[in-house]
Amino acid sequence: MSDPYSLELESESIEIIREVAATAAKPVMLYSIGKDSSVMLRLAQKAFFPGRIPFPLMHIDTGWKFSEMIAFRDRTAKEIGVALITYTNARGAAEGINPITHGSAYYTDVMKTEALRQALDFYGFDVALGGARRDEEKSRAKERIFSFRAPGHRWEPKAQRPELWNLYNTRINPGETIRVFPLSNWTEADIWGYIREGNIPIVPLYFAARRPVVKRFEQWIMVDDDRLPLEPGEKPQMLMVRFRTLGCYPLSAAVESTATTLDEIVSETLGATTSERQGRIIDHDGAGSMERKKQEGYF
Amino acid sequence: MDTLRFLTCGSVDDGKSTLLGRLLYDTKLIFEDQLEALRVDSKKFSTQGHRLDFALLVDGLQAEREQGITIDVAYRFFRTPKRRFIVADSPGHEQYTRNMATAASTAQAAVLLIDARKGVLTQTKRHSRIVSMLGIHHVALAVNKMDLVAGSQLVFDEIDVAYRRFAEELDFKTITTIPVSALEGHNIVEQDSVAMPWYHGPTLLQWLESVRTDASGLVLPFVMPVQWVNRLSSDFRGFSGRIASGSVKPGDNVRISPSGVASAIKEIVVWKAPKPEATAGESVTLVLENDVDASRGDVIAAASCPVQSADQFEVDLLWMSEHPLLPGRAYVALIHAKAAGVTVTDIKYRLDINTGAHLAATTLGLNEIARVNVSFDRLVPFAPYRDNGRLGAFIIIDKLTNQTVGAGLIHFALRRAVNLHWQALTVTKGGRAEIKHQQARCLWFTGLSGSGKSTIANLLEKRLHAEGKHTYILDGDNVRHGLNRDLGFTEADRVENIRRVGEVAKLMVDAGLIVIVAFISPFRAERQLARSLFDVEEFTEIFVDTPLEECERRDVKGLYAKARRGELKNFTGIDSDYEPPQSPEIHLRTLGVSPESCVDRIIRSLKLDSVFVGARN
Repeated sequence: MSDPYSLELESESIEIIREVAATAAKPVMLYSIGKDSSVMLRLAQKAFFPGRIPFPLMHIDTGWKFSEMIAFRDRTAKEIGVALITYTNARGAAEGINPITHGSAYYTDVMKTEALRQALDFYGFDVALGGARRDEEKSRAKERIFSFRAPGHRWEPKAQRPELWNLYNTRINPGETIRVFPLSNWTEADIWGYIREGNIPIVPLYFAARRPVVKRFEQWIMVDDDRLPLEPGEKPQMLMVRFRTLGCYPLSAAVESTATTLDEIVSETLGATTSERQGRIIDHDGAGSMERKKQEGYF
Repeated sequence: MDTLRFLTCGSVDDGKSTLLGRLLYDTKLIFEDQLEALRVDSKKFSTQGHRLDFALLVDGLQAEREQGITIDVAYRFFRTPKRRFIVADSPGHEQYTRNMATAASTAQAAVLLIDARKGVLTQTKRHSRIVSMLGIHHVALAVNKMDLVAGSQLVFDEIDVAYRRFAEELDFKTITTIPVSALEGHNIVEQDSVAMPWYHGPTLLQWLESVRTDASGLVLPFVMPVQWVNRLSSDFRGFSGRIASGSVKPGDNVRISPSGVASAIKEIVVWKAPKPEATAGESVTLVLENDVDASRGDVIAAASCPVQSADQFEVDLLWMSEHPLLPGRAYVALIHAKAAGVTVTDIKYRLDINTGAHLAATTLGLNEIARVNVSFDRLVPFAPYRDNGRLGAFIIIDKLTNQTVGAGLIHFALRRAVNLHWQALTVTKGGRAEIKHQQARCLWFTGLSGSGKSTIANLLEKRLHAEGKHTYILDGDNVRHGLNRDLGFTEADRVENIRRVGEVAKLMVDAGLIVIVAFISPFRAERQLARSLFDVEEFTEIFVDTPLEECERRDVKGLYAKARRGELKNFTGIDSDYEPPQSPEIHLRTLGVSPESCVDRIIRSLKLDSVFVGARN
């Protein structure tokens, strides 16, 4: 690897992932299909090479992912040869909970937070690896790499375990779980640099292309299929856009861009004047919204 | 471009978060949407009137924003054309010292803040001691709020002199004192020639961009703790870990500790193509020549410099729990990838944070620092912390709560384990028991005061004696008056009391006796420690389960009444906890049951265990 800092980040993450494999009773890696998940997946492949990844991936499927994301997910799991669990909150799906009529806050609570808690309980996973980074958001910046969760998946930000050196306390009592964030110390620019260096496959939506979008609240929302009801007089227009961050549509907004290669994305990221989470609509549900969601069990 | 990991620390309200926020702002590293959020937040929470409150950029938890304090470490990432930075902004409150220590443990340099109006405080000293103890050698002393002392050079010089005098006893290589105003941005990024024309040293950013990082790991011999053994495919066996120091290449001779087995590197596996060489800091998988054995917690090192192993050490300890450290209590330690049981055997001294004086201590409280001796329950490959941090640092975990309660740094091994060998005895434990026509046992009674332990124990001994068995009773009265008369009833003394009783019982079991121990022994951890001294079948825990109300009603010795009146401190059940056994071998619920039938039950169980038929070996 040409960049020593990249190698340092990679080594730290691999150490964290191996520590999970060495100590957890039943670990799982949460896979969100985004660029961070792609990097985490590559790190797990490296951590266990020449063996295969010794735990399954799990995708919490809200039913509102871009169709390109689902196709990419299935292709990736097959190519790598890793077990993939997809889980959808059956209650929420039956009630037709969706981001358009129920609002982003309620939808996220049910289809993401509640679904994740259900899935972890159902399979009995004691440790879940996730791709969150400390530079994403202020409450994430405060979280430990091995983040202890009380029974009921609650995060107590005021009572985190001390975490000294690279010594991770993985001991838990029954009912308690740990969320582990191997990418804690990576920044958005580090992620893109690493993807470029390792030629890591990512969802094509990250690259600029002409896509149908409508403008809402000063943000470009992509019309992925006919489930997005158009307002009266609203007409999709074709625009060169890409996504800096991918969640559920229509909760992820696109940015205007001409970056069609990894080199162009990296230079665009280094020159960015807004943060990537600007395109994440759930972060704007009110001050401290991410911290509240995390306390309730969201990643 | 290299990377500097540093922390900001210092006392409450010295302006750490504001300083960091200002640094990010002045280096133009705040995104537009974050700045917009800051403008909104500043109106809502700000203590700075109409101005931007930079602390809100880093204080990310709601409780922090509402109280205007920092509770936990925030990690921020920024870069300038010269360097990349990972900064840990740590809390100033004494209560959150463990979070500050978390931040310091991975930092290479420290920015220590001082409020120009307040000077060097106790918390300044506490943080300085922890920073020094954790091996950070380069410190910037940022004398903040210079705007509030009119940029006075005299104030600055006084603080500089006072701090350097204090720091003489610490291990800092360089101390750089910088007068700043985080609020006004003076000497943070740009030299301020108007407010403090007398200052010609570096600005804080200039210091951060130029401070040395000691990358000594590369010149040391090769060492890698085994974190995980890769056997994921049948024809592959590799040892995974992160290289702690030195470098390695195929063909190098290595030795594994603690086994001492020698081998050589066959291949360095990372991904797809094998690597020709790997160096300190890299996560790799090593394939060794010939089929040698090693497991998680072992250490692979250059054959010319194998890693030592020992089980007793003198260490520096930072205690991080509200529950005091109890010498003699069994805890779990994690050192590199090795988990082991650990007890503190002796507190040599506790450090006075202010004066550095060595104070006598029998326990340690939250945030206290001490020099102690520890004993691990097995051999541990190690290096002194100052030589190799990755092999000399460990954490202490409470067995019941699983909380991380302490952080230890190894100074050196106490050579006792090596020098003191057990006398190889030809007469064995089994032989001694056999001549008595019995098997040796430790029957450990636990229960509240007045629950009936002594009554049942005495009756049991009579019955065993009548059957021709060789017995002895250890109870509070015959032990506390002699062997343990130096011990009181504090939590620490009770732990030591039980430890000694356990050791005596062990010697008696070794002599082939059936030992009956009747102690309240209220804490699970100590009973567990006692149990661990014996072979599995030798130890029988008997829980004399009598409800507190019943014990208090009986109150044979009048102790409960005294305790209720407050004349007796630390009385189990009243103002000190009793932790009932979770799975005792024998559980006697005594309400409405006579002592005789309790004894019957114990005898039946011993007969089932063949205690009466003589030794099996």
